[in-house]
Amino acid sequence: MSMYKIAVVGDKDTVLAFKSLGVDVFPVLNDKQASFTITKLAKESYAVIFVTEQIAKEIPEKISQFRSQMLPAITLIPSNRGTLGIGIGEVKKSVEKAIGADILFRKEGEE
Amino acid sequence: MQTRVNPTRMELTRLKRQIVTARRGHKLLKDKQDELIKKFIDMVKENKRLREEIERDLEMSFKSFTMARSQMSQEVLEESLMIPSARVNINIAKQNIMSVNVPKIDIHQEEGSNIYSYGFAGTSGELDSAITILSGMLSKMLKLSEIEKACQLMADEIEKTRRRVNALEYVMIPSMEETIKYITMKLDENERGNITRLMKIKEMVMEA
Repeated sequence: MSMYKIAVVGDKDTVLAFKSLGVDVFPVLNDKQASFTITKLAKESYAVIFVTEQIAKEIPEKISQFRSQMLPAITLIPSNRGTLGIGIGEVKKSVEKAIGADILFRKEGEE
Repeated sequence: MQTRVNPTRMELTRLKRQIVTARRGHKLLKDKQDELIKKFIDMVKENKRLREEIERDLEMSFKSFTMARSQMSQEVLEESLMIPSARVNINIAKQNIMSVNVPKIDIHQEEGSNIYSYGFAGTSGELDSAITILSGMLSKMLKLSEIEKACQLMADEIEKTRRRVNALEYVMIPSMEETIKYITMKLDENERGNITRLMKIKEMVMEA
């Protein structure tokens, strides 16, 4: 068991809000920088990286790169411009991969 | 589909032993898959619930934050948040769910830390409420990370297990069964051929 840190990657306005909580924030401007930052963070002792959906949308391959690894856990959060539904889409993807059909979300539509 | 083998007794015994192992492996893997799927469904439901909750709450807090930003100048706001007084670390422990290693995150907030890194005089109340909501959410967000990661890893494992189960069930075992049948028939055929030959020889000997 060892100590790990938490990072938030996103646009400046969104990450600013997280700064006072004591997590490390990394404002990024473009997708290249975001991808670079995430790679760097993954090598350091960051176990949880929160990435805003706005950024994640631009770098899907970077996000899925860490899917099958235990650490770091990359979690998508909505930015201050609202949610894009990518985060919940990732959950859906997991379900489809595991079960073959989307049983969780379809059921809700029928109710 | 049958594999090319020499129809010998040795090969037959070997195959019979192999098919027993394959059947047992198939049963075990099938059990594993069922259990994994059961756990996965529970977990992914929790994941979905948590994510919806967090997205809603985050939006609320961002709204407050945007309000705060509109009431304060950019410089003052950035200055207020520039030096955080709180510090959060996390502990990661490994947890084994059906042979899938998933991280277990423990939050470790430093004691005596104050989430408000600024004086209340120059800042608006909206900022306070935004930060209060956010700080209450952090542990929930970490929980979401943990559970989402677990779901992803389990989904991978389920996929892998399903492939193995299917390969055993639809390819390996039928092919072995067929090969066993082929060898048995061939051996029986040889046996019959032998008997006929012996009878024929006996007849010839009797005649002579």
